[in-house]
Amino acid sequence: MSIETREARQPWILLSPALAAVALLLFVPLMFIVVYSFWLRTATGADQVGFYLDNWNEALTDPFYRDILISTLRIAAITTIVCAIMGYPSAYFIARSRGNKAILLLLLMLPFWISYIIRTMSWINILGVSGAFNSLLLSLGIISEPIQMLYNEATVILGLVHFLLPFMILNIYVSLDGIDTNLEDAANSLGATKWEAFLQVTLPLSLPGLAAGGLLCFVLGAGTYITPLVLGGPRDAMFANLVFEAIITQLNWPLGSALSLMLLAVLGALVMIYNRYLGMAQLMKGLG
Amino acid sequence: MSSVTLKNIVKRFGSFTAVHPTNLEIPEGTFVTLLGPSGCGKTTNLRMIAGLLDPTEGEILIGGKRVNDVPIHKRNLGIVFQNYALFPHKTVAENVAFGLKYRDVPKADIAGKVQAALDLVQLPDVGDRYPKALSGGQQQRIALARAIVVEPEVLLLDEPLSALDANLREDMRVELKRIQHQIGVTTVFVTHDQSEALAMSDTIVVMSAGRVEQVGSPSDVYNTPASEFVANFLGASNILAGHCEQKDAQGVVLDAPLFGKVHVPSDKAGQVQQGPAKLVLRAEKLTLFDESTATDGLVTAPARVETVDYQGQTVRYFVRVGDTQLQAINMIDDTPFAEGSAVTVGFRPQDCAALQGG
Repeated sequence: MSIETREARQPWILLSPALAAVALLLFVPLMFIVVYSFWLRTATGADQVGFYLDNWNEALTDPFYRDILISTLRIAAITTIVCAIMGYPSAYFIARSRGNKAILLLLLMLPFWISYIIRTMSWINILGVSGAFNSLLLSLGIISEPIQMLYNEATVILGLVHFLLPFMILNIYVSLDGIDTNLEDAANSLGATKWEAFLQVTLPLSLPGLAAGGLLCFVLGAGTYITPLVLGGPRDAMFANLVFEAIITQLNWPLGSALSLMLLAVLGALVMIYNRYLGMAQLMKGLG
Repeated sequence: MSSVTLKNIVKRFGSFTAVHPTNLEIPEGTFVTLLGPSGCGKTTNLRMIAGLLDPTEGEILIGGKRVNDVPIHKRNLGIVFQNYALFPHKTVAENVAFGLKYRDVPKADIAGKVQAALDLVQLPDVGDRYPKALSGGQQQRIALARAIVVEPEVLLLDEPLSALDANLREDMRVELKRIQHQIGVTTVFVTHDQSEALAMSDTIVVMSAGRVEQVGSPSDVYNTPASEFVANFLGASNILAGHCEQKDAQGVVLDAPLFGKVHVPSDKAGQVQQGPAKLVLRAEKLTLFDESTATDGLVTAPARVETVDYQGQTVRYFVRVGDTQLQAINMIDDTPFAEGSAVTVGFRPQDCAALQGG
């Protein structure tokens, strides 16, 4: 084997464990799902093997699915915007703090040491009828009856923000941390106020991090089913809950497969549109 | 453009004093260099003039007006940073135009001013490129263009050449001086490089450990160092502890070890009084001779060559005189003296300087 071919093969050799894992654990099961989505579940509960478009027909035409898909995307979008607004100042603070940066980053990672489900359920103890917030209001005499604060769209968004905020902060932090602080000084020296320097220099240079964090929050938010299950009411189901319902509760794998592929296709299309219109490639070119 | 005055400026970071009380007068239109090793407070001074740091005590005046409470964006300064600090997401032309947007420059005039600045730094055709597409030297020129296009009161240069490689640095040195001369802007230049300071400055401020050691023209600080630190920092010097025996209008008589009595003329003897004194002998002024050569009018001593550091046009010798090692840098025509050879070292009395103290 010549040196050239060895050098050409080396990246593939190094990548092979990851590629094998992706192929076996992601691609192959995905193909199974695709196949399943064309089967049909009969009234007797057995799956009928074949090529039927019934599941796809139902998933694409039933307004029930369309409405839940739209509300799922809306919840994910609101969550992403709230995360961006709350996350940016925090990320800026961490990136600009001296000395205690490591501690702040550790604090940011700390929630990951606790299960996501437990973190989500903790809101029941805070906002529930006999939770901390109601007890406080009762003991202060502000209310005389506990208020039902849980099980609505707002608490679903609250739970999602709680879950996704660290991802947003980390992504923004990484891009802010890479920006030379002299750039702001240079902008100030040329006549820009602190705020103008931020808008003209720091913000545009941190957009790749904001965009990456936004994408991550949106996709993770739109694909979640635990948060609406724990913190949402019966009418707050998100699209992944429908998949869960079809596959786990009704054991209707063919319909569940079609629904999950539909969500995958919608999110995939949104990612591509996002990538294209945020002009991230162009921005990267400017940064060299 | 304007003068800059520092009045009893002090800067403390917690318990650490970065700048001890400092007074400095930078006249309008001059090129002043703050020279010193890292940690001497030169950059702290520059950042206080810029408004990037607030002085703990004292006053800063630009054009006779106190600016302590004027924020940086209202000081109308041009700053060139060591790492260029060009905005990577803006084109060269947008970078240069940045400061003009915050001044009352009519939109129609901006392009013309940007082009004039690019012409001045001799990069007329790079306006639509991104900084990353330029070399380090080109980026530094753009940073300079961006700083001067706003016609600043004062131009502040924070080690602008130290990120460039040696040849480019020397070219940029000439270039920077030409541009400064052409636009006549008051310039404060910070460097640790003595040859940059000597080549470019009208006035050099030598700093050490937060204090000003000496203020003077390049030839002043070079030929008549005011302290041992200055003598050592600007080139190589031999410093011999001696005794001032006599002082009169012509100068002082200094009894130095190895060389005996040396008559130092008064313009090189500064404030030296009778008592302990030091003889400062620049390595370039100490010449090696064959033992047989006549050395009339020179102060001489017999020596032995210990180390020869040959550099082509010049050679650096370490010679032993008695039990002291001295350094000499001589121009040579052909072959240097061999290591171990016995020579005579000598200097003209008017080429050395005297310092007070033991």
